[in-house]
Amino acid sequence: MNISTLTLSELGHRLKKAGMFLQTGTFITHLKTSIPSVAEGIRLLYADYPLVEHLDFADFHVSLTYPRNLRRWLKPQIQFLFDGKPPFKPLPADQAFPMLEWGLNWCVSSHANHYLIIHAAVIEKGGYAAVLPAPPGSGKSTLCAALVNRGWRLLSDELALIHIGDGRIVPLPRPISLKNQSIDIIQSYEPDAVISRKISDTMKGTVAHMKPPANSIIRANETAHAGWVIFPKYQSSVPAQLKKLSRSRAFIRIADNAFNYSLLGIKGFETLTGLVDASQCYDFTYSSLENAIETFSALEPPASSK
Amino acid sequence: MTPNLLVFRVLRNPKVTISLSLADWDLLLRQARCSNLLARIHSLLNEQGLIDRVPPKPREHLQWTHVIAERQIKAVHWEVTMIRKALAKVGPIILLKGAAYVMAKLPPAQGRLFSDIDIMVPKDNLNEVEAALMLHGWGTTHHDTYDQRYYRRWMHELPPMRHIKRSSVIDVHHAILPETAAIHPSPDKLRSSACSLDGYDDLKILAPADMVLHSAAHLFNESELDNGLRDLVDIDSLLRHFSNLPSFWVVLVERAKDLELTRALFYSLRYTTLILHTTIPPSTMVAIEIGRPNQLTLTIMDKLFTRALMPDHPSCSDWLTNTAKRVLYVRGNWLRMPPLLLARHLFHKAFISPKPE
Repeated sequence: MNISTLTLSELGHRLKKAGMFLQTGTFITHLKTSIPSVAEGIRLLYADYPLVEHLDFADFHVSLTYPRNLRRWLKPQIQFLFDGKPPFKPLPADQAFPMLEWGLNWCVSSHANHYLIIHAAVIEKGGYAAVLPAPPGSGKSTLCAALVNRGWRLLSDELALIHIGDGRIVPLPRPISLKNQSIDIIQSYEPDAVISRKISDTMKGTVAHMKPPANSIIRANETAHAGWVIFPKYQSSVPAQLKKLSRSRAFIRIADNAFNYSLLGIKGFETLTGLVDASQCYDFTYSSLENAIETFSALEPPASSK
Repeated sequence: MTPNLLVFRVLRNPKVTISLSLADWDLLLRQARCSNLLARIHSLLNEQGLIDRVPPKPREHLQWTHVIAERQIKAVHWEVTMIRKALAKVGPIILLKGAAYVMAKLPPAQGRLFSDIDIMVPKDNLNEVEAALMLHGWGTTHHDTYDQRYYRRWMHELPPMRHIKRSSVIDVHHAILPETAAIHPSPDKLRSSACSLDGYDDLKILAPADMVLHSAAHLFNESELDNGLRDLVDIDSLLRHFSNLPSFWVVLVERAKDLELTRALFYSLRYTTLILHTTIPPSTMVAIEIGRPNQLTLTIMDKLFTRALMPDHPSCSDWLTNTAKRVLYVRGNWLRMPPLLLARHLFHKAFISPKPE
């Protein structure tokens, strides 16, 4: 049974009354809210997630509510609550669904210290994962959205979870966040892609979320080997080009994009060394998604090169 | 009188975790997390060899915060090294609270989460200490002239100083309660009994009884009890640890009289026994009766503190919890300054100080 078996009003009712348990990768989030746009977003983008009836334990207890202030009558706001407390300032009510997504990222990135957590998109093919770390604006999510529409499996578009100990890359498939022009680019690249309503004037500009492929959700428990670390960069009118990157340089740049590298101390160092040693590391510039996809399908898994 | 909360049952006796259901664990983790005690519970279970018996999911949560606690212990060592370097020429400093527990390897250091480092120096050395810290990268956090004067004239510490690169915060104290408070635990007495820290000739910590009394003075004169339960756990842990010292309990009460802290010690012993079931010799309980307030005050204080010391979680509050916290906030300010000065301070804060936003 998936979430899609509920009607919008059933879903809204559940979210409002007892709340719902969302299973994303290895995490269970208990979510409670009476905000209709959140129910709509979940109905659209989480349709293929399992419908979990009741659980005794949740990793995170979150809710979205209207703060009790005078503004609710003029310009309503919403707040994200983590077990009753707001980790962030409220946002305009229109941004409720993106705020849920950002909040869920925060829940994982600020707690789950049994992983080295890197700000990166991760996709998989043939058992090997490509980690795409990148600062905002480099086109990582756009590239990730295009790749998962062309046969790559989505592990995450935001958080690469590297298990400390065995170095396996653990999936956390969730909707892919698209910004500004990439929303239309992906919609025209893949007309069948399901993309939520655009929300403008957020701190990241105009945002929308793309529904992850159902297959990625079904396979959310399958971890992957480290295969490639690729730093994507969108540039207009350049051919798609992979440029080999030294492991030491890749190491430093991944550490810059990690949430808990220094917190983990020696374990962070060992885990990151393991990732870099097991991967082929590249800088990647591209201007056309078609060419980028071709380059990615020609990638050789690292095992065969050894 | 005190609700039998899950987090209290586990702090009193970690063995109860053996029989917890998954739903119990869910609640326990939430109560502990919002009291900043999750890592503490991890270390209690670890000490008693119980951690492997925790179901995998909750164990993962405990380990997540253990990572943070471990990192913080390293950070405290590093920060203390930096402070020693900055203050090498100023003479020995006394480490207070968390930093002292960590450097002296005392039990409350286990799984304690920190926000800043507290040190104590003689009042006459304040300028020199401040200048030395500024030369080494620490700068004041309060730029408002009123706030500066508030700290420098009336408080027992400099305005908190933040390091420009590491963002770590240091509180430089010259006493343990504000200058303007009605009671004045003598800083000279605290300093003259301070003990050297093993392995360091420039670091000291308060004597065992003084360490408990400082923690008690802090908790029961404070206006904000956000970390109230954590502070009570500190006191409980110090009492359990020091109770093996010869004549500790006698010295504790004598010292409380000496430092004008019998009331704070009375409350500490009352609420640690009540909430955490700390074992305290009956003779000590009798001796500390001198710190007991009148019955009416005590009845009210019981109602206030048993609420304010609960974890700040919906499962631990009733309709009076917020009121209790507000009343204690006013009480904390009341104890800090005489009424006229307090009125002036609150007037300034309400109408003249720039609003934070």
